[in-house]
Amino acid sequence: MSRQDSIWNRVDWLLIAIFFVLVFFGWLNIYAVGYDAEQVQSIFNFSQNSGKQLIWIAGSFVLIIVIMIIDFRFFDSFAYYLYAGVIVLLILVLLFGTEISGNKSWFVFGPVRLQPSEFAKFTTALAVAKFFSSKNIRLERLTDQIKSSWLVLLPIALIVMQGDAGTAMVFLAFVLVYYREGLPAYYLGMGVAFIFIFILTLMVEPMYLIIGAVVLGIILIAFNSRKVKKIVLIIVGVVGVIAVIGSVDYVFSEVLKPHQQNRIKSLINPDADPLGYGWNVTQSKIAIGSGGAVGKGFLEGTQTKYDFVPEQSTDFIFCTIGEEHGWLGSFILIFLFMALLLRVVFIAERQKGNFARVYGYAVACIFFVHFGINIGMTIGLFPVAGIPLPFFSYGGSSLWSFTILLFVLIKLDAHRMQVLTR
Amino acid sequence: MIENRKFYVQAIFIVIGIIFLVKLFSIQVMDSRYKLAAENNVINKVIEYPYRGLIYDRNNKIIVHNTPVYDIMVVPKEIEVADTARFCDLFEITKEEFETKILAAKKYSYIKQSLFFPQLSNEEFAKIQDEFIEYKGFYPVARTIRSYPEPVFANGLGYIGEISKSKLTKDTTNYYKSGDFIGISGLEAAYESELRGKRGVKYKLVNVRGIEKGSFNDGAFDSASVPGNNLISTIDLELQKYAEYLMDDKVGSIVAIEPSTGEILAMVNSPSFDPSLLTGRKYSSNFQALNQDTLKPLFNRPIMATYRPGSVFKLVQSLVALQEGVITPQTRTVCNRGIINCHGDHTNEDLHGAIKFSCNPYFYHTFRKIINQGKDPKINVDSRIGLSMWDEYLYKLGFGRKLGIEIPNEKGGLVPKPSYYNRYYGEGGWNFYTIYSLSIGEGELLTTPLQVANLAAILANRGYFIAPHLAKGIDTPDTFLKIDYEREDTGIDAEHFTTVVDAMAEIVDGTARVARIKDVVVCGKTGTVQNKNSFDHSAFMAFAPKESPQIAISVYVENAGWGGGVAAAISGLLIEKYVKGGVAENRAWVENYVMTKAYLNNLK
Repeated sequence: MSRQDSIWNRVDWLLIAIFFVLVFFGWLNIYAVGYDAEQVQSIFNFSQNSGKQLIWIAGSFVLIIVIMIIDFRFFDSFAYYLYAGVIVLLILVLLFGTEISGNKSWFVFGPVRLQPSEFAKFTTALAVAKFFSSKNIRLERLTDQIKSSWLVLLPIALIVMQGDAGTAMVFLAFVLVYYREGLPAYYLGMGVAFIFIFILTLMVEPMYLIIGAVVLGIILIAFNSRKVKKIVLIIVGVVGVIAVIGSVDYVFSEVLKPHQQNRIKSLINPDADPLGYGWNVTQSKIAIGSGGAVGKGFLEGTQTKYDFVPEQSTDFIFCTIGEEHGWLGSFILIFLFMALLLRVVFIAERQKGNFARVYGYAVACIFFVHFGINIGMTIGLFPVAGIPLPFFSYGGSSLWSFTILLFVLIKLDAHRMQVLTR
Repeated sequence: MIENRKFYVQAIFIVIGIIFLVKLFSIQVMDSRYKLAAENNVINKVIEYPYRGLIYDRNNKIIVHNTPVYDIMVVPKEIEVADTARFCDLFEITKEEFETKILAAKKYSYIKQSLFFPQLSNEEFAKIQDEFIEYKGFYPVARTIRSYPEPVFANGLGYIGEISKSKLTKDTTNYYKSGDFIGISGLEAAYESELRGKRGVKYKLVNVRGIEKGSFNDGAFDSASVPGNNLISTIDLELQKYAEYLMDDKVGSIVAIEPSTGEILAMVNSPSFDPSLLTGRKYSSNFQALNQDTLKPLFNRPIMATYRPGSVFKLVQSLVALQEGVITPQTRTVCNRGIINCHGDHTNEDLHGAIKFSCNPYFYHTFRKIINQGKDPKINVDSRIGLSMWDEYLYKLGFGRKLGIEIPNEKGGLVPKPSYYNRYYGEGGWNFYTIYSLSIGEGELLTTPLQVANLAAILANRGYFIAPHLAKGIDTPDTFLKIDYEREDTGIDAEHFTTVVDAMAEIVDGTARVARIKDVVVCGKTGTVQNKNSFDHSAFMAFAPKESPQIAISVYVENAGWGGGVAAAISGLLIEKYVKGGVAENRAWVENYVMTKAYLNNLK
């Protein structure tokens, strides 16, 4: 390879720049969480979270170099093997894993802890990409929908069995990927409608909702009284809605675990039990809300430093940004994530091959779901779910898995000219 | 068509981003509740209690000061006590008491301090200190309580205690908070606002477990506590001590006033108590005991006890009669014991002699002359006019009303008004012959020892007094603020006092020889308060020296017999002590005489 032809000349530096900015701010922010004005520690102190995170960051650089060195065809060729390997790990963790805070999703080898589900996102993304690139799939067909869905449903099922509903929820990202690849829009519509009705049912007396649905149905039928097909559709729709309403109570109290019920309850009514199950959301909103327009200043936050916000260096890391940097800081963070997502979509769209494009969308959607659920829960727009904010939450597993996700795309993108279009 | 979906996907991303920004804007910028909630979370308001002002005597000797005590606090989560029995021995508590205290603390909080054992004195704490530090989870917290170099003047000083609910609701200034200490009686209550100082506030940052993390905003909103001002009292501590010593085993009271200023030099209630009983951790049980004591040590006799004034009142009658012009110093009256009994060997005295011999018939006639001046032909109407006029004199002489001493619960005594008799005898249904007992200080009259001492001061001043008081002024850090008290004139001319005072000067040569002091002319008057069912009270009133008087005094000793006895002896000793600085050796027998009288026995 000549010097001009070096891989570094072909990578997308804008995306890499966004990555570095996010990682750097994330690192500073982890330092801010652990900062104690009475016992000032260096940001490089390896006994502190910020120091440890620096080690993880260094590790991620190694990963980046490894990814850049590996032949880009490796990911395409080995997609199914990697997927299968992680599925095996997911099964093994169910059998031999260690249970940590209710989730049996960890392998523990001395000081090293490994969470296979973190890597399942990546391998599933590869496998789905491979699937869509190797077969002629037409997602408007029900058979193809079924054929392609098990790739995602299998890891979801295994992760739910581990008790980690949060991570399982991340796999909903693939709905958007499938949508991009041709999944009919009404799947999205039905999903949104289901969530909407579910939450509405928890807030409003179900009987009113049923009456409302029936009345709406009758009105619609009155307007379409000549088209039998539509009338049938409307009746099916109304019956479906009533079925959902009827099932909410059962799903809520029988399927969901008590802590999940509480998380949904505190979303709907945060003031019901602010010291009990509402504590996390209440304190998280207090921390973010107290930041004001421009924040209290770097290292000046009080709510997060004095431990009012739980899980503040991992799941609730956004509180520190909201508190110390205010709305302005939040704006910059959201802007950076938007830039990341849109750049990834842009890169995905410029791929010649299906594999890289589908993979790119998977990356974008996984980042999007993490971003959306994590920040949504800290500001009370989404039930609390234990999933990290990419590049900001403390921890090696998540940092590495996001780095791998992103840089494999960058690697594929760098070689986009070498791909033969099908 | 499917190509368009890339736009929809991006639109979904952007919409979520915008929703977040809007929501964040609403909670961060629009809604201030979260800022308040955040402050409530981390800001712990710590009250700094001010150092209460000290009380000094007139010679700048400390009467009341503050001593540190140690409250032992406990944090249940941190407790490490290897040997509970040994630990309990330190505090002399049983294991059960220990368990209950810890349980109570746990109920309050696992991580916050709560009181384990209150108010260990410096000495007590020093004793256990070495061993105490071995036990984890227990912390000594220093604070101060009142303490007293001399165990005297308890009733005048009063005490401090936790503010009551009713006082808290009455506090219009909103200064007090539940659990605050407040002066409850005596000077502590009267000068509460000066002595208490000003509470300080510190805003501390705390974490979720209540652990301090430094000061809020570098202390910009903190205010330091301001120590209370010192009170300079009028009391002469040495005289007070001696007076209380003399009143040992006697029930009664002493009031000594500096006539020229109205400053109270000594004020004794007997029996009294050690003021330190009402500080410290045994406060409640001690208070209970004092409150239930049949001799009522909490009843402040100098200002609350009311007695019939007896013969002391003959001086008042003399002054009023002279001022009214119904007698002259030369007026003589036959001692006709048919109307009212008398004592001593005399027959036909002038005013001087009548005072000296305390002649009852003389003052019976004098009082009649005052009451019935013939202003109305009907004797009943004439008596009413006379009594009203007499009442006015008495009011000006400080009787039948409160003199306004600063400490609470002063009684005004009783000087009957026409309306008073009207109630008993019907409108106009009475005349001089109904009320003549007033002439010799008996009947319905009631006076406090303070009023009688004030009368002595009036006599010493020859016609005026300054409201008797216990505080000279307030000693602030910058300056000494003298408190001014008003002079009240009695409306009786100074010349009329000469005759009365001259006669008083001779009493120590007659009935009250025990009160005679070398080189000091003591002007006194005995009074015997007659009791129907028990021994008489011994009373004596005096001032000295006759010219430029330094001290005016009243002494009441209950159930101790006649006034020329122990009351006169105590008066003499106190005057000698104050004026001459000590009791002459050849008068040691008087002190002996006083000290051997344990009149408490008369009560049993």
